Amino acid sequence: MGDLAIFGFGPGGWGLALLQGAAMTLLVSACGLLIGAAIGGLVAWARLSGRLLAGGVGQAYAALFRGLPELLIVYFVYFGTSTLLTETAHALGHEGFVGVPSFAAGALAVGVISGAYQAEVFRAAYLAISRGELEAAVSVGMNRALLFRRIIAPQVLRFALPGLGNLWQVALKDSSLISVTGLTELMRISQVGAGSTHRPFAFYLGGAALYFVMTLATTRFFDLAEARATRGMRRATS
Amino acid sequence: MDFDFISKTFVRLLAALPLTLSVWFFSVVLGALIAAGVTWMRVSGRKPLELFARAYVAVFRGTPLLIQLFVVYYGLASLPAVRASVAWPFLRDSFNCAVLSLALCTAGYQTEIFRGAFLAVPHGQVEAARACGMSRLLMFRRIMFPIALRHALPAYSTEMISMVKSTALVSLITLWDVMSVALKIRNDTLVTYLPLILAGAIYFVVNYIIGAGFLALERRLSPHLRPRPS
Repeated sequence: MGDLAIFGFGPGGWGLALLQGAAMTLLVSACGLLIGAAIGGLVAWARLSGRLLAGGVGQAYAALFRGLPELLIVYFVYFGTSTLLTETAHALGHEGFVGVPSFAAGALAVGVISGAYQAEVFRAAYLAISRGELEAAVSVGMNRALLFRRIIAPQVLRFALPGLGNLWQVALKDSSLISVTGLTELMRISQVGAGSTHRPFAFYLGGAALYFVMTLATTRFFDLAEARATRGMRRATS
Repeated sequence: MDFDFISKTFVRLLAALPLTLSVWFFSVVLGALIAAGVTWMRVSGRKPLELFARAYVAVFRGTPLLIQLFVVYYGLASLPAVRASVAWPFLRDSFNCAVLSLALCTAGYQTEIFRGAFLAVPHGQVEAARACGMSRLLMFRRIMFPIALRHALPAYSTEMISMVKSTALVSLITLWDVMSVALKIRNDTLVTYLPLILAGAIYFVVNYIIGAGFLALERRLSPHLRPRPS
């Protein structure tokens, strides 16, 4: 088969499989980013709360998960949740090994890593809101929920967008590590293709090219989102 | 708690630390050399060189390190042309492949750090150096490099720590680093948490030491920013 025909969509072509892998990569990274946003929001809130214990826990979380290898976290989440589930099942009288679906474990692992970094992004974004606006909101009698919804959330999202764009790229790249759990995302499909056609160079290079296209395209998307989110703001330049 | 098992596991993991650290050290040093070259191209003002440098940074930062590692280790080794070339004795060794691949990747990130640091050198300083009649080399050595170094340190320490974490990937190309020893122990003993937690602790401590080292260096290099003793 020719060099390009293996990437085709005909019989024996891996084009569709690779595209499906890329779609799985996007999906698991997006879920990871969302889980990370929830964790990051909680951790940022804990650190901003001014309470000693919550602040300490938040700081420890961020320091811990930024100091451990991503691959180790992926293994830990995958094996850890599976062991936990198996032991719970045994306690309930179920026999045998119960595995966590690799998609769930993968998204959770990416989220746990991303959350540690997103916490910093959200915290910095909150601190960038001008104090006067918060005071003004309190003085017109907004309750905390309204203050959060109308004043804090829109601005935190706006200020956090550039940082989130970077973390999306990181999540996309970290998602390749989930291949070790057997989830058929792009990295795993590249491995399978490389193994069954004995063409590792073509497949890994092709996989890398797809990752590159995904990074470029989604970066463009985040740039557009940023331009839209800041359209009402005055720029320092121009 | 089985303390005998804990200590045995810990000793086995520590025995793999030299490999992790040497992959880290060699790839960081080689990466810095490559980055110096790419940074020079990036700011050279010559269009083709600049374009190459931009593409280099975009590609190595825009794709996962894991797939880069596999392109080098499994991909290159499968090409007959590479097997016949003079580079083959070097590339057949997984340690060399790991160092090469990690170095190429970190070079992309280090280039951006170096470039940012040089752009942050105040223009007046460069002008003053020129006005004193310094040659380009002398100006680089005495003015630009020392100032850029101070600017680069915080981001550089983050990159160094990130590289320690990246070395865990070499466990996937048959090297016996801390990560792969932890996985082997987990496989043999079916103890899930402990080997991974101990390995995590080792990585964490290494990262802590590197972070603290860079912080100390930063402090030592910027005495002028500290408050005066009263």
